[in-house]
Amino acid sequence: MTADRIDELRAEATAAAEAAPDTAALEELRVRYLGRKAELPNLLRGVAELPPEQRGVVGKAANQARQALEALIEHRAAQLAAGELDARLAGDRVDVTLPGAPPQPVGSLHLMTAVRREIEDVFCGLGFAVVEGPEVELVHYNFDALNHAPAHPARSRSDTFYVATAQRPADPGDQVVLRTHTSPMQIRSMEAQPPPIQLIVPGRVYRPDSDATHTPQFHQVEGLAVDEDITLADLKGTLLAFARAIFGDERDVRLRPHYFPFTEPSVEVDVSCFMCAGTGVLPRTGVRCNLCKGTGWLEILGSGMVDPNVLAGIEAHDYDPERWQGYAFGMGIERIAMLKHGVPDLRLFYDNDLRFLEQFG
Amino acid sequence: MRLVLEWLHDYVRPDLETRELAARLAMTGTEVDRVEHHGVAALEHFVVGRVLEAGRHPDADRLWVCTVDVGDGAPSTIVCGAPNVAAGQTVAVARPGAIMPDGTRLKAAKLRGIRSEGMILAEDEVAIGTEHAGIMVLDGLPGGAEIAPGAPLAQLLPIATEVLELEVTPNRPDCLAVYGVAREVHAATGAPLGPPPWEHDPHPAGDAIAGVRIDVEVGDLCPRFTARAFEDVTIGPSPWWLKARLLAAGQRPINTVVDITNYVMLLTGQPLHAFDLDRVAGAHLVVRRAGDGERMTTLDDVERVLDEDVVLIADDEGPTSIAGVMGGARSEVHDGTTRVLIEAATWDGPNINRTSARLGLRSEASARFEKGLAPEQALEAQAVASRLMTELCGATPLAGTIDAGGAGPAPAVVRLRDARLAALLGAPIARERSAEILGALGFGVAQAADGLDVSVPPFRRTDVTREADVIEEVARIEGFEGLPATVQENRTGRPGQLTAAQRLRRRAEDVLVGRGLREVVGWSFAGEALLDRLRLPAGHRLRAVVRVENPMSEAQAILRPTILGSLLDSAAHNAARGMGDLALFESGAVYNPDGDGPLPAEHHALAAVLRGALQPASWAAGSPPQAGFFAAKALVEAVFGALRVPLAVAPPEDPAAWPFLHPGRAAAVLAGGEPIGFAGEVHPLVVAAWDLGDQPVAAFALDLGRLVARAPETAGYADLTSFPAVRQDLAVVVPDDVPAARVVEIVGAHASSVHVFDVYRGAQLGEGRTSLALHCEFSARDRTLTDEDVAKVREKIVAQLAGIGGELRA
Ligand SMILES: [Zn+2]
Repeated sequence: MTADRIDELRAEATAAAEAAPDTAALEELRVRYLGRKAELPNLLRGVAELPPEQRGVVGKAANQARQALEALIEHRAAQLAAGELDARLAGDRVDVTLPGAPPQPVGSLHLMTAVRREIEDVFCGLGFAVVEGPEVELVHYNFDALNHAPAHPARSRSDTFYVATAQRPADPGDQVVLRTHTSPMQIRSMEAQPPPIQLIVPGRVYRPDSDATHTPQFHQVEGLAVDEDITLADLKGTLLAFARAIFGDERDVRLRPHYFPFTEPSVEVDVSCFMCAGTGVLPRTGVRCNLCKGTGWLEILGSGMVDPNVLAGIEAHDYDPERWQGYAFGMGIERIAMLKHGVPDLRLFYDNDLRFLEQFG
Repeated sequence: MRLVLEWLHDYVRPDLETRELAARLAMTGTEVDRVEHHGVAALEHFVVGRVLEAGRHPDADRLWVCTVDVGDGAPSTIVCGAPNVAAGQTVAVARPGAIMPDGTRLKAAKLRGIRSEGMILAEDEVAIGTEHAGIMVLDGLPGGAEIAPGAPLAQLLPIATEVLELEVTPNRPDCLAVYGVAREVHAATGAPLGPPPWEHDPHPAGDAIAGVRIDVEVGDLCPRFTARAFEDVTIGPSPWWLKARLLAAGQRPINTVVDITNYVMLLTGQPLHAFDLDRVAGAHLVVRRAGDGERMTTLDDVERVLDEDVVLIADDEGPTSIAGVMGGARSEVHDGTTRVLIEAATWDGPNINRTSARLGLRSEASARFEKGLAPEQALEAQAVASRLMTELCGATPLAGTIDAGGAGPAPAVVRLRDARLAALLGAPIARERSAEILGALGFGVAQAADGLDVSVPPFRRTDVTREADVIEEVARIEGFEGLPATVQENRTGRPGQLTAAQRLRRRAEDVLVGRGLREVVGWSFAGEALLDRLRLPAGHRLRAVVRVENPMSEAQAILRPTILGSLLDSAAHNAARGMGDLALFESGAVYNPDGDGPLPAEHHALAAVLRGALQPASWAAGSPPQAGFFAAKALVEAVFGALRVPLAVAPPEDPAAWPFLHPGRAAAVLAGGEPIGFAGEVHPLVVAAWDLGDQPVAAFALDLGRLVARAPETAGYADLTSFPAVRQDLAVVVPDDVPAARVVEIVGAHASSVHVFDVYRGAQLGEGRTSLALHCEFSARDRTLTDEDVAKVREKIVAQLAGIGGELRA
């Protein structure tokens, strides 16, 4: 009789709890079935008065029923509370299309710096160190040690900025100039360390020139690699890797003979045009490619095998040109940036107009 | 160098389109800037005609109506305005449809009522001369009288040619000559090369010229001086073939003698000078240095003041030429000249370079001499000139050649080792191929055990002296297309990576980028006016600047002593264009003259300027924070924090250190006690000098090199978690004149961290007192502190604060 009543109560309360529509109703049920005056707790309290043979059975059943009901109500209460919270939160709506706040403005590197870093990282990956040197330089390092003949036109005052000194030095090599290229660091680096050597030199350089493709200051990256067996083919391969890293995996390079006082043989390096895939004609329209002027090639730098006179002139360490050989190259950072990003006028780099700066870096 | 193809074809004629030839030259070392067309655009409709009749135009005094046989069919009627037209003449005719050099298409047209079917041509109309007064009469040309009317005019006259604008590298003066380029074309294309134009020298032998004396006093500056003389010289216009070539090459024809010297220079690369021998005083030329201050008037009618470095050619009355650069008017040839002395000399390249630079005089001659010509070229040029003087001026050569100095030293012989060539290039070239290339370029080759013995021709004497030079000659003609692309092994023992300092510099820049600043790249150059705009008084250390001797303008005459100027320039540029909220930084060198050695000092600066709102306005907040001292200082704190360098900011020790800053809002930035820069607001007068309005402009500038040097390369571990810190906020009340840093110093001596989070002044504190609210953390390395421990520490803090008139607020 009592055991049946317990089952009845349990089934009734379970059904009611599962049907409870909200937490308030559920609380009512809890009081009704488990509260101090409810029937099931009363049954439990009355177990002691039962005949001994019934106590165990009834007590256990009543206890199990109470625990199950408690668990069920707790579970349902959490369920209902979460549902009610969601209903409230849904009403607490924001316009997600408004801008984020507070604003977190992010600035930018200048295009020149961004490309300089890109170039540095490519050559670091190829095993080159990065060194820097003075922008105000001795004629000795800028010209003499780089095998420029005394009458080489680059020395003229129309091609080089000279720096005023207290008195004119007795040795013309001690005249001071704004370096016209990063190449003086070839000499300074070799003076500072024995071969093998492989490094690049990014930095600012100066030439008296001003138009859409020339500014009196600009930036170069020099490269130098000297070992016992470095070849022109290594130069080609290194610059091919560089060109592909900067301009895309499909690029090719070609070497064109040229003349520089401090390399022999000297070559200019062209990269196949990325605009027209080296065809000279734009693929969709069939129009002549403006970037490479229809040639399919873009000149990117000058280079060559380090001239034996340059190596022989290094006194600090043994750079005997019969034993050591290598290559050197020099490229304009702005030129690489202009080609890669389609910047038409070098002077834009130095206007520092925000509308230019915001596009890069 | 303008290479006239019609002229080149006298010596080599490769079976290539002009564009292909240009490409081949470019890939063998001679850059082609442009391909141009000189003369008429197309040869058709230009024909030879014969004037059958020439009669006066009935309605125009100066016009002739000519009947001209132009070959096919009936003769053409052509109206002509030239006074020299006459029946019987063989003339050049442009028929309707002809395209003239300026691109216009000729049409039949009525002239004063008579229809003219074409045009009888003057030389300027087909760009082979400059005369316009008369038509060309072709009867005197070889074959001119016999040629059939209607024949293409191009058979008689060079009325069209392609011209390649070559960029010749400074080591190759031999390529500033038609024959020199012909040799390159021969080597590059394999097309056969004709014999040089100087192969036969018609001049009568002898080592002296009767009545002419030459003294070379400066043999070191004039390695060779040759002279030849001519009499019975008739000076007149040059023939069309010659004028056409000069014009196509960019030179204006003058008269036969002058044209011959120019023609020979363009052909052989050796400049010559023609003197009127009767105007050479004493028939005596001396080559000497100018006296200091000596004067002479050059052909351009400018009086030049000379010095001892200038070499002159003088006669018994004084200077007649600046050697290698420009002649003088006094002994110039003129229409009445009958006796001519032609000089061809070799000058010291560097000396000519200096002279032409100093006098601001550059000529075709100096451009060649300064690159260093071979003495052998002098007689080559004389040989060609002698032939042309005889042929074109009817001149009689006087026997003998004066030759002071003679040929150059014997050619060098350079061993080209097969192995060395392969080792330098990274791929072998067969010895036979090397020999073939070198032979084509004019080198002598003989077999050696390990390669070739290569004799350098005189015209490459200064350029090719070593094995590497010979390897270049072979390699550039062979081409680099087949060269493999390899990458050498890095055997330096060091990985390729940035140095710690380079990485930290990037880190500092990136911190600013991450805080919304835009990097600018300013000019290293500045004008002297910058120093005034920065309010630097006389004697201020930043007034000592590095000066450029030859600036492009006054605004670029010095190197910037501070990076602030270029940043303000960038700010002003943008503010003037309506972009007034600015957060800009720059990372670059600044310069001052006090270097350790012979060079000025340079240091790498990192600096920023801030103006206006620091953030875009936001719908979610009030007005955005504005630029000011603390905004600049916060950025300095961010940079120092990222580099893990302890920062101190203090009022400047010298109040006059930064006259360009607001005196009440300027501070020294110290790293490890060493001042390395400033933070502050820019002085309102400086802000005004850059037209930046009246809002505050804040700035900082740091010596980034010195900052980076103090940054730890490696961060060491400290145990901050085993014994957690006790956090307490303290309110400290101090007199107004006690800097916050002093309070932080006192509290910090007992706390593991102190941070000022509020500053309060108010009536309840009492007059002249400030309350600072501090977040503090107290900790010990070996245990977690108890409340009692912290209470003791607070007692010590209270005691020390009392020493500066401060107290803890309850
Ligand atoms: Zn292209």
